[in-house]
Amino acid sequence: MIGFQTLLYKEVLRFWKVATQTITAPIMTAMLYLLIFGHVLEAHVQVYPGVRYTAFLIPGLVMMSVLQNAFANTSSSLIQSKITGNLVFVLLPPLSHWTLFSAYVLAAVVRGLAVGAGVFIITAWFANLSFVAPIWILIFALLGASMLGTMGLIAGIWAEKFDQLAAFQNFLIMPATFLSGVFYSIHSLPPFWQAVSRFNPFFYMIDGFRYGFFGQSDVNPLVSVSIVSVFFFALVALAISLLKSGYKLRH
Amino acid sequence: MAAIQISQVEKSYKTLKALSGVSLTIEEGEFFGLLGPNGAGKTTLISIIAGLNRADAGRVTIHGHDVVRDYRAARQRLGVVPQELVFDPFFTVRETLRMQSGYFGLKKNDQWIDEVMHNLDLTSKADTNMRALSGGMKRRVLVAQALVHKPPVIVLDEPTAGVDVELRQTLWKFVSRLNREGHTVVLTTHYLEEAQALCNRIAMLKAGKVVALDSTSALIKRISGSQLVLRLARGSLPMALQSALTQSDADQAENEFTLRVNDYAEVEPILAILRESGAVIEDMQLKQADLEDVFIQIMGGEK
Repeated sequence: MIGFQTLLYKEVLRFWKVATQTITAPIMTAMLYLLIFGHVLEAHVQVYPGVRYTAFLIPGLVMMSVLQNAFANTSSSLIQSKITGNLVFVLLPPLSHWTLFSAYVLAAVVRGLAVGAGVFIITAWFANLSFVAPIWILIFALLGASMLGTMGLIAGIWAEKFDQLAAFQNFLIMPATFLSGVFYSIHSLPPFWQAVSRFNPFFYMIDGFRYGFFGQSDVNPLVSVSIVSVFFFALVALAISLLKSGYKLRH
Repeated sequence: MAAIQISQVEKSYKTLKALSGVSLTIEEGEFFGLLGPNGAGKTTLISIIAGLNRADAGRVTIHGHDVVRDYRAARQRLGVVPQELVFDPFFTVRETLRMQSGYFGLKKNDQWIDEVMHNLDLTSKADTNMRALSGGMKRRVLVAQALVHKPPVIVLDEPTAGVDVELRQTLWKFVSRLNREGHTVVLTTHYLEEAQALCNRIAMLKAGKVVALDSTSALIKRISGSQLVLRLARGSLPMALQSALTQSDADQAENEFTLRVNDYAEVEPILAILRESGAVIEDMQLKQADLEDVFIQIMGGEK
């Protein structure tokens, strides 16, 4: 337990010591999205009846920040430690696979939620948000952050160089988040792309998260939470098996 | 029970066979030297002991605990100083050592951390960020990190490579003390005088195989007698002395000769022969055989 606490503390301290880059910067980015897209689209788009576009956008941006930063935390911590070689400090001690997994992922959840909360606090002033079902907000935030933290862990284990990680981030995570309905409802898409979106797990995370605010969503949140959970547990199983086998960590 | 038991360990990297069937038993309380040229497989072997690498075949136990199946118990008993100078730039020395203690399940470890820092002359740097330390200081922190959990088995992989005299002395004083207190120490080094002075037993590794394994004194006895090193100002080595030339002579300067002598009584006749031939001695040294001679002989012997 002390091993877990220590690794969690170290991982949190790691991003906290560079909070300008790991927390403030992503909050700033989300603000810019809100200002630009909100300004341009406010008058033209109404996704749900009675919900202004800016209000619709805010939960999407919050969730996108949660997801991207949870991913960034595990993946960048691991790749940095691998490249600088200081990963040996956690590979030499008797930390179990589950300890490594849970400490890294929980730190990612902390960062994801910290950034998400920051984005929310700054952007909430721009619209009248409602909180129809706060429990769903919490469930999807936690589940989404854990899932992306796990994906970041897998990517960090797999990548050997920064550019491989950048490829993972730019060609997989970024498109998946941008095309998940952060900025639109998938009902506004042509049928083909609607169908494609339903294969994107990020879509269910954003949609379910948004349900917590407006009580309206493209998909029933129970369905969303089930789908996201299945993805999450599959990724956990993969991450644990990688840690157990020592894939790319213990040669 | 053996501190480290290595049985038939094999390891290949793609086409390179790094270890082929290495078996070694290191007993509790030993100061054990693992020597060999670069690429002999020393670091690979240490990485397998530490669980950083996985053996293709064979097994390693630490105090009876298998390093793969029972890795937690094995690692709890092991402290490794890695060869690479690695550090975490986010933290200070004390933070680094506290965290390392925590990874080993120790919470209130400050008393021992302070003692380790004191013994490695790190106390004044306790609150300095790792980035700001010199190479030698970073090396000390690496040693301290390996010792935070008072491991009964300590493995040092070339801890003195590129390190100044002061640190070497500090380090050996501390490590020798730990050894006297019962810790098993395994050392790899390229400084053979160090190994000779510290280790009670030595294994020599060459191309992934153990080519010598004996107590340090028995290894040195393998080369009997001493060596007489002569530098001649004039003349050349008479034919009568050619047969006493040692193997290592070929590498020396033209007017320098190393002769094997079994005891001091042989020195005088050699000098007489030289005088008769008209050769003039510029410099003369009588050297006892040391580990370096043994090392050269063993490494050169099996080409």
